[in-house]
Amino acid sequence: MQMTGAEVMVRCLAEEGVSTVFGYPGGAILPFYDALRESEIQHILVAHEQGAAHAADGFARASGKVGVCIATSGPGATNLITGLATAFLDSIPVVAITGQVPTVMIGRDAFQEVDITGIAMPITKHNFLVKDPAHLAQTLRLAFQMAKTGRPGPVLVDVPRDVQTALVDYQEAVLPPVVEDEPTSEEIAAAIEAISKAERPVMLIGGGVISADAEYDAMHLCEKLHIPVVSTLMGLGAISAYRSLFLGMTGLHGHERANNAVKEADLILAVGTRFNDRVTGERKTYNENKVIIHLDIDPAELDKNIFSTLGISANMNKTLQLIEAGSEPHDLSGWWERIESWPSMDEDFGDEEAPEFFKALNPVIKDKDYIITTDVGQHQMWAAQHLRIQFARQWITSGGLGTMGFGLPAAMGAQLARPKSRVISLSGDGGFKMTGSELFTIASYKLPVTAIVFNNSGLGMIRQLQTVQFAKRFTACEFPGYVDFVKYGEAFGVKGEHVTTPEELAKAVEKAMELDEPYIIEVTVNPKNMVLPMVMPGAGIGDYVKFKE
Amino acid sequence: MEQILSILVRNQPGVLMRVSGMFSRRGFNIDSLAVGITQNPEFSRMTVTMKADELTIVQVCKQLEKLVEVESVKVLPPKASAKRSMVMVKVHAGEKRLELLRLADVFRAHAVDVTGESLTFLATGVDDKLNAFVEVMRPYGILEMVQTGLVALERGDTHMSVEKSRYEWPNASGTKSVGV
Repeated sequence: MQMTGAEVMVRCLAEEGVSTVFGYPGGAILPFYDALRESEIQHILVAHEQGAAHAADGFARASGKVGVCIATSGPGATNLITGLATAFLDSIPVVAITGQVPTVMIGRDAFQEVDITGIAMPITKHNFLVKDPAHLAQTLRLAFQMAKTGRPGPVLVDVPRDVQTALVDYQEAVLPPVVEDEPTSEEIAAAIEAISKAERPVMLIGGGVISADAEYDAMHLCEKLHIPVVSTLMGLGAISAYRSLFLGMTGLHGHERANNAVKEADLILAVGTRFNDRVTGERKTYNENKVIIHLDIDPAELDKNIFSTLGISANMNKTLQLIEAGSEPHDLSGWWERIESWPSMDEDFGDEEAPEFFKALNPVIKDKDYIITTDVGQHQMWAAQHLRIQFARQWITSGGLGTMGFGLPAAMGAQLARPKSRVISLSGDGGFKMTGSELFTIASYKLPVTAIVFNNSGLGMIRQLQTVQFAKRFTACEFPGYVDFVKYGEAFGVKGEHVTTPEELAKAVEKAMELDEPYIIEVTVNPKNMVLPMVMPGAGIGDYVKFKE
Repeated sequence: MEQILSILVRNQPGVLMRVSGMFSRRGFNIDSLAVGITQNPEFSRMTVTMKADELTIVQVCKQLEKLVEVESVKVLPPKASAKRSMVMVKVHAGEKRLELLRLADVFRAHAVDVTGESLTFLATGVDDKLNAFVEVMRPYGILEMVQTGLVALERGDTHMSVEKSRYEWPNASGTKSVGV
């Protein structure tokens, strides 16, 4: 069937079952927009392309499907970059489609021309510049396949304007599947034996468990063997925080019990985690006197940051199921006694006030189909420490890149991916100012996102780092002016309220969850609050900074 | 220690940048690089030399294999591989033309250009020999020189090949995918 390249692009999106795309038009992508007009695919017109990339990312994290964002050439494409890097660092399947100047103009520094495939190279799993219209369909299919198979990640497809207008032959097609390796029987036997000999085992769960949809397999394994479980920031929700086996989050702001367990463990079964420096602290001592079994779909992660005793790069579900089937529980009561002697994640490390806001939300969100998105900074860490996340894909946060401004546009994407769920976006006032313009988009499309802004009139995490690392020489951490975020919401027709106490916050969120429209809640927070416990980057896990402001 | 990596890649625009970008991005240093097309024009072969210990070279291989356009990677055994690089040296000859030609003969270097003032020699071999040749030429006055990266193939019947790509790449002859 003859059709234009633009029509082929839209057909390919339909082939992949894409229901929603996030984008912003421009000259070089207009043929695609013209073809999109005729399709069933919902286009969300964002306020800024960065919002489109984060929304596609949030869509993917909430649903497990590939998120799609669209931008034009030049500035449109470069505005996607932070969003694509965010998705890359957290291994999220996103396909970005960008317009490009016509092929004959490429290399002439044409208006709105930029080498976006060159720019995006280190922050995408792969990218394509389609110069031949005949390759367009297959390239788009390949882009989706690469984004979602193996270790997921963002893929960018750059399509020159003349390729979009060229007439090409289109035939619907499916690519042969990419088959994941299965673990060998030797690998499984070695894992089973090591676990059976461990006296102090810990299971460390990362975001890879969620992207592999392996949370039930992981849970069945640790429950059968009664192994304590800790999670990275990215793994939160893979196992419910209310389960007794769950000790908490490990890492530089991790829970005491979780970090101590990692420190004293004689075996770590690390599942879908890449041992990021925020998880391990000092790398050299992390695996001392420990057997490390590392399961990850990406073989390059094995022995990259932490050397493992046994590394298995294979289908996660199958690997966990086989280990479970071959393992028998053994007595770990001594280990559990030791673990329970440490403060649980419900016990306070310090006497900061800010965590109370997050604890107050737990009764409101418990057992509910609510999705929590966060921005980056103190509120993100407080949320990770004090919210009790129960389900995979309930917790959406920028872990690897640490992108301020991620939370609100990601919430927009998550809400569109799961219209029956309710999305609560948590931000600080700093991050909210970066991409808060997407509240306009949320309001325009009447998405029932509740945006909570923790306002300490500054950059709390910067203040905290300057307290610890720069002897309280504060600089650039306080905003010189004040913003009333409720009034900001009003400008877009979004209702909201100010709260100052945890009780008020809980009531406000309860109320917002009853509404079928966006809502904004501004929470006043004392800037002196610290995120505790805290391990300095490079210090051993469990070696907490001892200070009190 | 010096390692020789042989990398089969898809012969596509940008692939050199992706491979070299991986090295620089992850803090690995390339000592030499040679790229050329193979018997199958769909694939190019890169030969990279670098200094790396055993653990690092394993990580380099895994990071290379992660690039979707890389089809196969092998660390070549240094003793069981045929290795060559090539150098061209343009040297001031003056009155010493015969002396230079005799010296070049010791290194089995050939004169590829002769003028009244200069001689250009081409020598092939491994680094030690080529370095020695350059040092011998240096006192006469090297006007310019150019060197290729090392190319190498494992000795014996073993050979790297691509049986099946991970992905169905689009190509000029249309799609290979199964119609539905």
